[in-house]
Amino acid sequence: MNLRLHIWRQAGPDDMGMLKTYDIANVSEHMSFLEMLDVLNEELIAKGENPVAFDHDCREGICGTCGMVINGRPHGPLARTTACQLHMRTFKDGDEIYIEPWRAKAFPVLRDLVVDRGSFDRIIQKGGFISVNTGNAQDGNTLPIGKPDADRAMDAAACIGCGACVAACPNSSAMLFTAAKIGHLASLPQGQAERSSRALDMVLQMDTEGFGACTNHYECEAACPKGISAEFIAQMNRDFVASALGGKA
Amino acid sequence: MELNSALPGGPIQQRWDKHRAELKLVNPANKRKFSVIVVGTGLAGASASATLAELGYNVQAFTYHDSARRAHSIAAQGGINAAKNYQNDGDSVWRLFYDTVKGGDFRARESNVYRLAQVSVNIIDQCVAQGVPFAREYGGYLSNRSFGGAQVSRTFYARGQTGQQLLLGAYQALMRQVGLGKVKLHNKQEMMDLIVIDGRARGIVTRDMVTGVVRSHMADAVILATGGYGNVFYLSTNAKACNVTATYRAHKRGALFANPCYTQIHPTCIPQSGDYQSKLTLMSESLRNDGRIWVPKSKGDQRSPDQIPESDRDYYLERKYPSFGNLSPRDIASRAAKEVCDEGRGVGPGGLGVYLDFSDAIRRLGEKVIADRYGNLFEMYERITGENPYKVPMRIYPAVHYTMGGLWVDYNLMSNVPGLFVLGEANFSDHGANRLGASALMQGLADGYFVIPYTIGGYFAQGGLTAVNAESAEARQAVKDAEQKIQTLLSIGGKRSPTSFHRELGKIMWDKCGMARNEAGLKEALTRIPELREEFWQNLVVPGTGTELNQSLELGLRVADFLEFAELMCYDALQRNESCGGHFREEYQTEDGEAKRNDEDYCYVAAWEHTGVGKTPTLHKESLTFENVQLATRSYK
Repeated sequence: MNLRLHIWRQAGPDDMGMLKTYDIANVSEHMSFLEMLDVLNEELIAKGENPVAFDHDCREGICGTCGMVINGRPHGPLARTTACQLHMRTFKDGDEIYIEPWRAKAFPVLRDLVVDRGSFDRIIQKGGFISVNTGNAQDGNTLPIGKPDADRAMDAAACIGCGACVAACPNSSAMLFTAAKIGHLASLPQGQAERSSRALDMVLQMDTEGFGACTNHYECEAACPKGISAEFIAQMNRDFVASALGGKA
Repeated sequence: MELNSALPGGPIQQRWDKHRAELKLVNPANKRKFSVIVVGTGLAGASASATLAELGYNVQAFTYHDSARRAHSIAAQGGINAAKNYQNDGDSVWRLFYDTVKGGDFRARESNVYRLAQVSVNIIDQCVAQGVPFAREYGGYLSNRSFGGAQVSRTFYARGQTGQQLLLGAYQALMRQVGLGKVKLHNKQEMMDLIVIDGRARGIVTRDMVTGVVRSHMADAVILATGGYGNVFYLSTNAKACNVTATYRAHKRGALFANPCYTQIHPTCIPQSGDYQSKLTLMSESLRNDGRIWVPKSKGDQRSPDQIPESDRDYYLERKYPSFGNLSPRDIASRAAKEVCDEGRGVGPGGLGVYLDFSDAIRRLGEKVIADRYGNLFEMYERITGENPYKVPMRIYPAVHYTMGGLWVDYNLMSNVPGLFVLGEANFSDHGANRLGASALMQGLADGYFVIPYTIGGYFAQGGLTAVNAESAEARQAVKDAEQKIQTLLSIGGKRSPTSFHRELGKIMWDKCGMARNEAGLKEALTRIPELREEFWQNLVVPGTGTELNQSLELGLRVADFLEFAELMCYDALQRNESCGGHFREEYQTEDGEAKRNDEDYCYVAAWEHTGVGKTPTLHKESLTFENVQLATRSYK
């Protein structure tokens, strides 16, 4: 198939940036979306132009490195699918495709489609862990955890930290990302000791980084390639409020 | 060169305890006076960084990713082995040790493997305490499954995302130390070189992948946890950025590279669909529990699979290995697939595929049971191929998956360059010539959580470390060398992109040093690789500059190292005149096509010394002795 691509080009953090149009021919339906961009980049290099910078790594939908807004939707039109797992059979001959980076104040663009997601790491540093040094642990089976709790923890822990939730949110909120980690650890007995301080500190850091607040659009849940439920945001809010009022979450 | 593996003596069960008791300690108040550089933030690197910081050392961690949570450990699906014997099915440290030595085709060190099996139980405990959401039974206890042909259920798992959850556990422990100021984390920094001063590893050179700044970082010890080199084949199941640069640069600075020819080819991957293919995707080998593998009996049979009657199908694994059948180990299943495709009986585009058929299982158990077991994998397959595996048999083909070779290390995980430690897939020590399923996660975390925290203390406590700084001649020279190399790459101004060279190299390696190797092919590769390397340095084009985010430059630098390293792999494959594990030399097989090991002449670790680019490397041998497991022929018939 033949396609017309409109891709965000920005030479560096301080450049204004603009959409540039590229025509690409003979795209196979079996290609992944990123392979289609690989082909475009090889053509650009052959013409002596700078290839499009985009983040990617595992290309299996698990590392969370890739991320781009495709026709207005983070990771493109397929539900629960990362950009690397999107294949060209989703598109048809003659389509025009708009490709842009995640846009959020807390994710500054570094180049073209590559953004800096260091803010996510700083949120985790404020409490997205259980404080246990290596060697502290007792036998794994001394702490039975009911299957529903373990499953719920896993549902939240499946977050890949890609940032699609932020890109989808009209407020650029990182609530779903933050809530997923808080929800994962709050579902487990091991996570209870630090539950209150965790919710408080992580939410404060989220605000400090410049992410917006939640106004219940649920765009994050719809865009999440791992289908993380917005219910975890409700749980986070409860823990945060309890903690902020000096109580116990 | 004398290879001192520092192996403790005595009964194997007591060696690690004895060794730990004999290692000198660093006083708690003195630990903060020692600094450690850790390169890589996968399972091994993140667990080591976090644990060393908890002990009080000053840690600097480096990753080329934008976050420490993205290393390719994250993609491991199946699980992690541990000799907990929770299932009461006869597992023990001894059995895990035995299985690993045998599975590695008797080319691993017994002492290292025994230690690995011993600490496997601590890993599970540590991860549970961190909040890793392992699968649980309804009673709340940890669930296990059998995996990779093991006869006991010792594999712990978190849905199909075990690697992700273990990595996030280690990442969170690391983030805690970063937040406490005990680890300085450097994102988007790629290691360019190792700095060796007075014979000891004392620092690294990095390139900032956003600004292009090249600089040195100094420390009292350097740990490489930089993964494997499977991407030398271009197409592999590795993530795109995986590369050999860190370990290969250390090799050029004197570290020996051990058994580079040992590569694991995984039998159940989705076949290549075209020339644009950028990587191969693994389908969990758990699929082989219910799927039956077959090809048409006759060459060039173009009928669709549902039109081929039973009598015209060859279920070749069941035919050749009746007792293990479709569950035969990875190396054996992969070679068998190659064999039938070489005979012209492969299916799908280019004839490079075999069927993995679930129709019998669906008839026997119903679609719902199969969906419960493999639903997410079937979905993934359909997303990639556009075919529905409930209706049409999957097509699979082997792909490069893991590299057992790596930098040579002693029992302390220290290379022959004092102060340079190597962990996880980047070292060579535990898997011999073939790795068993669910053992990579185990080794990465064993090295990082439970081995290096002890052994590095022993190194520091020996003393003799002088103060060094970035102004030393060696550090300045290493920075200059790296800057020079970058400038050279940018100024060639030829016609071919880094990717095009990488693809061509990968094709040579797959054809000549892949699933099956022979003397003539390896010799041909040893002629073609230097030719390709020469063309690379004359006809490469890297657009852009060195002082910006430049992904072509990153790739060019990595491909430059693959083009040298590939030769080393071929030398290693050529000298090993036997077949063992993932290394199959066509000249050395039994009458019915099975691998023929030669214990008399090749029961050793091949550790190579760099002698200059394009020069024949020097081989050093560490002989392997088996006192606890009897050398035997692996048979799965």
